[in-house]
Amino acid sequence: MAGQGDLKLLGMLESPFVIRVRMALHLKGVSYEYIEQDLSNKGELLLKNNPVHKKVPVLIHNGKPICESLAIVQYVDEVWAATSPSILPANPHERALARFWAAYVDDKFFPAWLGILKAETGEERDKKMSETLPVVEQLETALAQCSNGKAFFSGASVGYLDLAVGCNLLWLDAMRKMFGVVVIDAARTPVLAAWADRFRESDVGKEVLPDADIAVEYAKKIQVYRPASK
Amino acid sequence: MAGGDDLKLLGAWPSPFVVRVKLALSFKGLSFENVEEDLGNKSELLVSSNPVQKKVPVLLHNGKPICESMVIVQYIDEAFAGTGPSLLSSDPHERAVARFWAAYVDDKLVTSWVQSFRGKTEEDKSEGTKQMFAALQTLEGALRECSKGEGYFGGESVGLVDVSLGGLLSWLNATEEMSGTKIFDPVKTPLLAAWAERLRELDGAKLAFPDKDRMVEFIQKRQAQAAAAAAAAASEK
Repeated sequence: MAGQGDLKLLGMLESPFVIRVRMALHLKGVSYEYIEQDLSNKGELLLKNNPVHKKVPVLIHNGKPICESLAIVQYVDEVWAATSPSILPANPHERALARFWAAYVDDKFFPAWLGILKAETGEERDKKMSETLPVVEQLETALAQCSNGKAFFSGASVGYLDLAVGCNLLWLDAMRKMFGVVVIDAARTPVLAAWADRFRESDVGKEVLPDADIAVEYAKKIQVYRPASK
Repeated sequence: MAGGDDLKLLGAWPSPFVVRVKLALSFKGLSFENVEEDLGNKSELLVSSNPVQKKVPVLLHNGKPICESMVIVQYIDEAFAGTGPSLLSSDPHERAVARFWAAYVDDKLVTSWVQSFRGKTEEDKSEGTKQMFAALQTLEGALRECSKGEGYFGGESVGLVDVSLGGLLSWLNATEEMSGTKIFDPVKTPLLAAWAERLRELDGAKLAFPDKDRMVEFIQKRQAQAAAAAAAAASEK
């Protein structure tokens, strides 16, 4: 295995973008120092290493910072290219497809489900849910397109797009507990629902995805979840 | 140039995202068939090649579609790795930094500039303008850091971020001309101002950039349409 040098990850337990990076590091079997950040009171290390956005995740490798979760995942894949598995596929067209859908996840899927979480009334939540469903349907299409009938977006084993989508499962499962909403529903998007179950049960899913209760507790703490709403 | 590579670009000449792809193809020395789409009447080929977004640009390489401008640019760099200069460094950290700044251009600069044009109120628009100038200030620092004293974000030669930001230049220059306010201010952002001049002079840029007067005319027409639509909506109340 390539000598890894000094590796630190600045993160927040409940952040899907941080989870994504931790999954990439786990896939490569790379060990690192994880430093939980208090985003309401940002520390010097975070401010110095991500002055532009002041956000997590930030990977610091031998003192050099890398920011933006998808850039970090690709960085990890490239630095530890000699270590199996490859996170991105080798073929340029498949790489382009993986990047296209990962961008779709961040540009469309993430804001859509976040809208459900932040809804202030049950009515607004229903509206946000109905806006999210077509996006989920697109992900079902993506899965069919990318997986070629295999278990994961990336084929027989977990890869880039599985990480891009899968890191959101923490909050999707939390919202099911909090509101009873089922964003990835076996009745509507059966292939994606089956993938979600497989992903949760995969090594990287089991080892890295926190329990949904952790997200529920966090939501209560920051008062996103209003139990008084219907 | 690799033999047997059929490259077709579905685009629209004013689109900065299409210009990005043209820049990448030109800088790599790749020839392609340019297909001009009527975005008010999208072709079957566009809709079937990009069913998710139905947007330009779409690059068809031997019939296989690739969508999203920066995904296409990286595809071009990887699929034609042996042809022309590399748009990304081979060093993983430099690649990550380039990807970071390319994402920044889209998330901060494009977003704020769109708001400055399409903001619903004058207040929205001026907030967009303010944020756009703040983003440009940040990009000035990025250029200083990435160029390492050379001329481009990619260093000695153009790279991912030069293509990402370069795609926007025609719109930004046309806006400068129309408003009379410098966007790449040589006092506030000297490196960016010099970079913009330098990029415009490249052969690849001359091939990709729309004509400035044509751009101004296009934007004026768009603004007139938007104003007419707003007036019609107001009078319907």
